[in-house]
Amino acid sequence: MRPVDSGAAPRLPGADEIDPVRRSVVLETVVRLVFHTVLVFSLYLLFAGHNSPGGGFVGGLVAGCAFVLRYVAAGRGALREAVPVDPGVPLGLGLVLATATGLAGLVAGGQFLESGKVSLDLPVLGVVKATSALPFDTGVFLVVLGLVLGLLRSLGAEAER
Amino acid sequence: MLALIAAHGVLAVLAPWLFARLGPRVFLVMALAPAAATAWAASSARDVVAGRPVEQATAWVPGLGLTLDLRLDALGLLMVTLVGGVGTLVLVYCAWYFPGDRQGLGRFAGVLTGFTGAMLGLVLADDLILLYVFWELTSVTSYLLIGHDDEDPESRRAAQQALLVTAFGGLTMLAGFVLLSQAAGTSSLSALLADPPSGGMVPAGLVLVLVGAFTKSAQVPFHPWLPSAMAAPTPVSAYLHAAAMVKAGVYLVARLAPAFAVVPLWRPVVLTVGLATMLVGGWRALRQTDLKRLLAFGTVSQLGFLMVLFGAGTAEAALAGAALLLAHGLFKAALFLSVGVVDHATGTRDMRELSGVGRQLPLVGLAAGSAALSMAGVPLLFGFVSKEAAYEAFLHGSTSDAIVFAGLVAGSVMTAAYSARFVWGAFATKNHLVRNEVHAPSPGLVLPVVLLAGAGLLLGVLPSLADPLVQAYAASYPGPSPEHLALWHGPTAALGWSLVTLALAALLFRSRSAVGRAQRRATRVLSRVDADRSFARVLDAVEVLARRTTAVAQSGSLPVYLGTVLATLVVLPGLALLLTSRVSADLTPWDRPLQPVVGVLIAVAAVAAARARRRFTAVLHLGAVGYGIAVLFVLHGAPDLALTQFLVETLALVIFVFVLRRLPATFVRRPARTSQAVRVGIALAVGAFVTGAVLVSGQARTAAPASQAYLDRSLDEAGGSNVVNVVLVDFRGFDTLGEITVLAVAAMGIASLVLAGRGRGSKVAAGETALTAAGGQATDEPGTSAPEAVR
Repeated sequence: MRPVDSGAAPRLPGADEIDPVRRSVVLETVVRLVFHTVLVFSLYLLFAGHNSPGGGFVGGLVAGCAFVLRYVAAGRGALREAVPVDPGVPLGLGLVLATATGLAGLVAGGQFLESGKVSLDLPVLGVVKATSALPFDTGVFLVVLGLVLGLLRSLGAEAER
Repeated sequence: MLALIAAHGVLAVLAPWLFARLGPRVFLVMALAPAAATAWAASSARDVVAGRPVEQATAWVPGLGLTLDLRLDALGLLMVTLVGGVGTLVLVYCAWYFPGDRQGLGRFAGVLTGFTGAMLGLVLADDLILLYVFWELTSVTSYLLIGHDDEDPESRRAAQQALLVTAFGGLTMLAGFVLLSQAAGTSSLSALLADPPSGGMVPAGLVLVLVGAFTKSAQVPFHPWLPSAMAAPTPVSAYLHAAAMVKAGVYLVARLAPAFAVVPLWRPVVLTVGLATMLVGGWRALRQTDLKRLLAFGTVSQLGFLMVLFGAGTAEAALAGAALLLAHGLFKAALFLSVGVVDHATGTRDMRELSGVGRQLPLVGLAAGSAALSMAGVPLLFGFVSKEAAYEAFLHGSTSDAIVFAGLVAGSVMTAAYSARFVWGAFATKNHLVRNEVHAPSPGLVLPVVLLAGAGLLLGVLPSLADPLVQAYAASYPGPSPEHLALWHGPTAALGWSLVTLALAALLFRSRSAVGRAQRRATRVLSRVDADRSFARVLDAVEVLARRTTAVAQSGSLPVYLGTVLATLVVLPGLALLLTSRVSADLTPWDRPLQPVVGVLIAVAAVAAARARRRFTAVLHLGAVGYGIAVLFVLHGAPDLALTQFLVETLALVIFVFVLRRLPATFVRRPARTSQAVRVGIALAVGAFVTGAVLVSGQARTAAPASQAYLDRSLDEAGGSNVVNVVLVDFRGFDTLGEITVLAVAAMGIASLVLAGRGRGSKVAAGETALTAAGGQATDEPGTSAPEAVR
């Protein structure tokens, strides 16, 4: 690791890899503040998508943007700290999840990708309606997130080397 | 039946796992599958011979009318006995043939077992499409088996040649099957044979099917792949290239002949090709010094013989063919396996280096000798019985029969001569050679050879054992039933010709050095028509053609690609639009006053993007265009679309900026003025075309919009009120699944394109082990490089 100036304490994990002179305090702080909010918003879009604007595709893009912010603010070290897995993992998981949802319809005696509905009475949340579209959309979410992370890595982080 | 075939598949999949536990004895477990098939065939033999075939139908793809129809009749029984019986012995042989530490032996065991299953399926299939599927499975597995020694370039070449030739034939055959089943209105094989279709499509279909059969059974001019395939391990040669796979083409001809031999084209084609193959194979076999190649050319010759017998389309010839099919399977497998034993014991299979092997391996020598006698057609062996029947079938007919007969005699003379050459080459003691050191082979290697040769002897002495089976097949031909198989028919003309054949063969063998000289002289002249070289030339020509086409079609210039695509768009659909469509004047300019404002802004940004000198400026202007379109979506009341458009535009902008770091700041060259004019022209034309297309298609609606149905069904059926999302994840879920698969593939493609190229470069530059392109994680990499140096 490159020795870090003691005056510039890391605000984003992994940011100490870039030259302290080039670091932006404002940007790092802001990203640190909004990062989780953006992620939560992306989950909101994913879950709300069935009834109001949103969905897995948009949610995945928003989540991807959260990581783009981290990378832009603090370089590839920050990206690596935030995403310790290979982008192939969300890609693969997403595809498996979407396909499995489709196959579940087949197993349940219907057609491939036929949708099903479940109503659950959960203790705190009350009655929650869920359709099989949710796991499918989650698969889409993960694939899109994986795509953005992959692009960040191949065109962003790796291109620095 | 299906269970038996499936058992082969299951064992094939388990093979590598079992190999890790059992070592080479795994082959004994594998042998259980073909042994079970043989036992099952034997148990149903009584019914089948009596004319009651065993049938089984299982639904496969009902929507396409495809069923897994399996049927065991007399011909099927013959082939199952051969495939299963020889397969069992070969697998047992393998258990002692391979050293336990041989690389990839588990995979090899699996593929060999899978091949056996595919071959069983091929001979049992009663549906043309199903037969084709098994046919291609045997091609693929045989490719893997020939190429087993994957580090040897010769073996890779041989495997590729076999695959190209047989897959070419397979595809041709598929086209033929389609024509035949269209003409007959059914793809069921037994229905097709029971009620043969007629019409112009039938001869065309048959010729295509025959091309498939010829490639698989190594008929002239497709034969070179078979001698090349001798690069495979010897048990594979014994099984695939003697008993099983190469018989597939013969089997197909034998299957179709009862119904289609009357089609005028059939006999000339099959008889000519078969005879030519028999003679070419025999001629080439006389010259070989590698024992396996000698046998391979001998196999080519015998396959030609079989083609003639089955292609003739008479009950007598078919009887002889069925007998020879069995005889050939027995003696050729025994001979190949004995070559394996000799190779194993001495370390060579070149007859110029072998001497005195017969004295030291008397049992193998005797067994192989009796198999070779059977191949030569010497009395008391099954090969004699079948050849006698073949002579009988062509002796009393028309002129064309006489020509075929002469060819058969010539071919048989050569067959007997190379049989003698084989025994002499492998086992004789040659005075001018040093005797070989021989390691005693294990009983597991010798036993299959002895069993196969013994079966040939047994059937030779008692042909009545095989008679009911071959008679049952011959009964499928029209006409009176032929004479029974027998060792002694009395002093007939056929017997006389058999003796003449053997005498001529003895002469040919004695003058082998003169024959060798003549062959060398002839080869110098004939090398122009050598089929193997022609194959190489055709392959080269295809590659050259592909390279030239690529050089013309793929110039590598993005503007040219884009210009071609867009110009095509303007010319073809554009002209159609111009000539056929009308736009009514009843247009609303805009719904809200904000729309034209945004439209003008988009247009200005687009023009600015095209005119920009700096890449960064162009990218920003493009982004402005994208955001403008997103605003239009908002104005149209489409929040989902707008949201997606905004996000995609943002990400695209960021990624563009990443890429721009590695590109020069300005566009390198301004295009020349003429090419600029062309570009402006294409751009304007595309713009006009798109405008026109949107106007026309907007007014061309005749049916009710699909969206209304989606709106109605969204909440009830899919439980969601955001219809855009419901369409994506439910109504058109299949499309979405396809799209995210494309996304995943694209992500991997980008990663490998970008990282693979960089991996090599950075390795050289930094002199360190760079991360592998796609798999490596960034966390593995020590943070020593300085990103700011790049920035």
